[in-house]
Amino acid sequence: MTGFALILFAALFFDGLIVRTKSVCSGRKGPGVFQPLKDVARLMRKGAVYSPTTGWVFKAAPIVQAASVVMACAVIPLGEYGALLSFRGDFVFFAYVLALGKFFGIVGALDTGSSFEGMGAAREALYSMLAEPAFFMVVGSLSLLTGFVSFADILPAIHLSGAMSCAIAVVAAGVLLVLELIENSRLPVDDPKTHLELTMVHEAMILDNSGFDLGLILAAGYLKFAMYAALIANLFVGSVPDAWDVPAFLAVQAGSAVSIGVVESFMARARMNHNPQFVFALTSVALLLVFGVLLAVGNFR
Amino acid sequence: MKNARVKNNEPIATEKIPVADYEAFLEEIVALVSSPACHVASYFALDAGDGAVKLVCCIADDDAHDIALLSSEVEKNGVLPSATAHAGVFERFEREIAENTDLVFDGHPWMKPLRTAPDDYPFYHMEGEELHEVGVGPIHAGVIEPGHFRFVCNGEKVLHLEIMLGYQHRGVEDLFLEKRRLNQRAVLAESIAGDTAVGHGVVFANAWEALCGHGTSRRCRLERTLASELERIAIHTGDLGAICGDVAYQLGSAVYGRLRTPVINFMQRWCGNRLGKGCVRPFAQPFPFTKELGADLLGTLGAYERDFLELSAHVKHFPSVLARLERTGVLTQAQAEEIGAVGMAARASNLRRDVRASHPYLEYGWLDHNPVTKHHGDVLSRTQVRISEVEQSLEYARRLVAELEALPEENAPAAPRRAAANSMVVSLGEGWRGEICHVAVTDGRGELARYKIKDPSFHNWMALALAVRGNEISDFPICNKSFNLSYSGHDL
Repeated sequence: MTGFALILFAALFFDGLIVRTKSVCSGRKGPGVFQPLKDVARLMRKGAVYSPTTGWVFKAAPIVQAASVVMACAVIPLGEYGALLSFRGDFVFFAYVLALGKFFGIVGALDTGSSFEGMGAAREALYSMLAEPAFFMVVGSLSLLTGFVSFADILPAIHLSGAMSCAIAVVAAGVLLVLELIENSRLPVDDPKTHLELTMVHEAMILDNSGFDLGLILAAGYLKFAMYAALIANLFVGSVPDAWDVPAFLAVQAGSAVSIGVVESFMARARMNHNPQFVFALTSVALLLVFGVLLAVGNFR
Repeated sequence: MKNARVKNNEPIATEKIPVADYEAFLEEIVALVSSPACHVASYFALDAGDGAVKLVCCIADDDAHDIALLSSEVEKNGVLPSATAHAGVFERFEREIAENTDLVFDGHPWMKPLRTAPDDYPFYHMEGEELHEVGVGPIHAGVIEPGHFRFVCNGEKVLHLEIMLGYQHRGVEDLFLEKRRLNQRAVLAESIAGDTAVGHGVVFANAWEALCGHGTSRRCRLERTLASELERIAIHTGDLGAICGDVAYQLGSAVYGRLRTPVINFMQRWCGNRLGKGCVRPFAQPFPFTKELGADLLGTLGAYERDFLELSAHVKHFPSVLARLERTGVLTQAQAEEIGAVGMAARASNLRRDVRASHPYLEYGWLDHNPVTKHHGDVLSRTQVRISEVEQSLEYARRLVAELEALPEENAPAAPRRAAANSMVVSLGEGWRGEICHVAVTDGRGELARYKIKDPSFHNWMALALAVRGNEISDFPICNKSFNLSYSGHDL
């Protein structure tokens, strides 16, 4: 329960921290840390507008998306605190409940019949599909390393005791951080700030959503940020004294938000046809992790 | 057939423009534009009375530094063989004439509405299982003008783009005849394209003064040149920021955005308007450039230049930005020549076309302008041309300020009241975007009978449509921004 509550708590600050970082880096005053939350609150109070071409799928999609992220968060533990939900193979559940949310996002976008939304959905589907192997390689190798098959068992069992385990944790954290960028449609894969429909990925998919639905999608996005950062935090909290679990968790959350902000401040977005290469490169780094773990557990002679 | 030759801003009596029958006229204009040094500056129809229409063609010759004028009288609702069939540069002009008169151009390959944006616009259509069409606009995301873009794509790749304009048509050319007071006309000229207020204002002032036989003082010419170059600096800087913004490069977008402000704020201190509206008026400069303003400007530009050079050196070599700009939106030199591209976009495609050098006006002869050209015609080339032009304009601005300080302040001579009767003048100017052409024709009483305007966007919208072919549709915004064409300048 503590882990779940902490993820929700971190989600309140995450996007605001990215925006603050970007404002500071560009020498702007910028909005406050709570602006994204205020935006969501404002949207939640509004009614939604539905195009006559859309059906129930379009209305259900934001709810399913948000619910899927909440469900995914529920299987993430925090050190010894355990997860809300835990069962054998729950990391597969984690991956596919997120995929279910994404699927609904995509069919919801297609439901509008807009060419922009179709393009956005096609792009998002492609990058998610390409990113999936990287996720399973990371979690699979951690599972192999610890000998467990549930997040609640795998993550607390990671102890940074030697050079090899440190290296594995750092590479895994790197891969998860880039996955976080891809899954949340951030630079260099997507530009969340653009107003240009033709270059959008995720934003194009939600062009027709408004009011409460849009608020829900945004809130789910913030939660997703905190969720991936929680996975990263878990790689390290096992190695700190129990009393330091919560501060370490929050430090990793803040660190990943700031690093995303820095990346977005000093880098241009990649050309769209280079994005698949970028995601593939991530997969090959994840493959390195698999070999590293095989070496570490001594199965690779 | 012979043609009359005039210099930029040199008035000519209408009767001295040779009139030929249409076949000879057609042969001559097509022969003239076959030379790479020549392009069509303006081509329009005049009402000649008695059921006749007079076609007037102005072809700018960059090598001879003059403008060839020729005309032909045809029947009001005649069917004429099209010049576009022989030379692509006439494409837009013939569409414009056909739209505004009853003339029909036979054999025109692309005869479509130019400025009416009808619901049943005949878009080019391609059939194919794997093709899809994307329509963008006329209402866009962001505070920009209206225009409709229709893409035919295969997946992410653009096969064809067609641009339908006309939503901004205000009838500016007719308003010039309707509004008879000089100040009204000067304000109109500044409103042709809001981002080229000084550019169009200068060209109008030059045209009107030429018709009145009024020679402006050197001081006045220096001030106008300075205002033109400041406008170039401000808009190029803003566009560089927008290009960085479109590739999500926040540092470039933030710093270029900040750099534009001091330049336009200086215009506010000079003439009371950040976009330079009111800065240029025929006969006399309403806001004299004082010594204090000169010191102010030198300080502003000094602070500007340091940051501009530092950021530009970074942007030009930053891999993450270059990866987006290089080989994106290529306009080949052959394409640029065929469609008669002008200005900064043409120069980025290695077409040395710059009115400041080829048909000098104001003090550009004294500045001895040497155009910047690049070879590749991609977004990067257009970015580099903009950066180099800003550097060039900074140097010009300093020289102009120094020269202005050396000149005594003066009282403008009394302005002549009337324009010459039955005359015509072609006034060319190089706005930041490219060649601006105004043609003024007067009637027997010295009143305006026709005021023909051409903004550089008129040619260059086609350049954009060609440049995005074969690119990814997600790269269209940066292609578009690298040209940054005017909707209202095109639609008039």
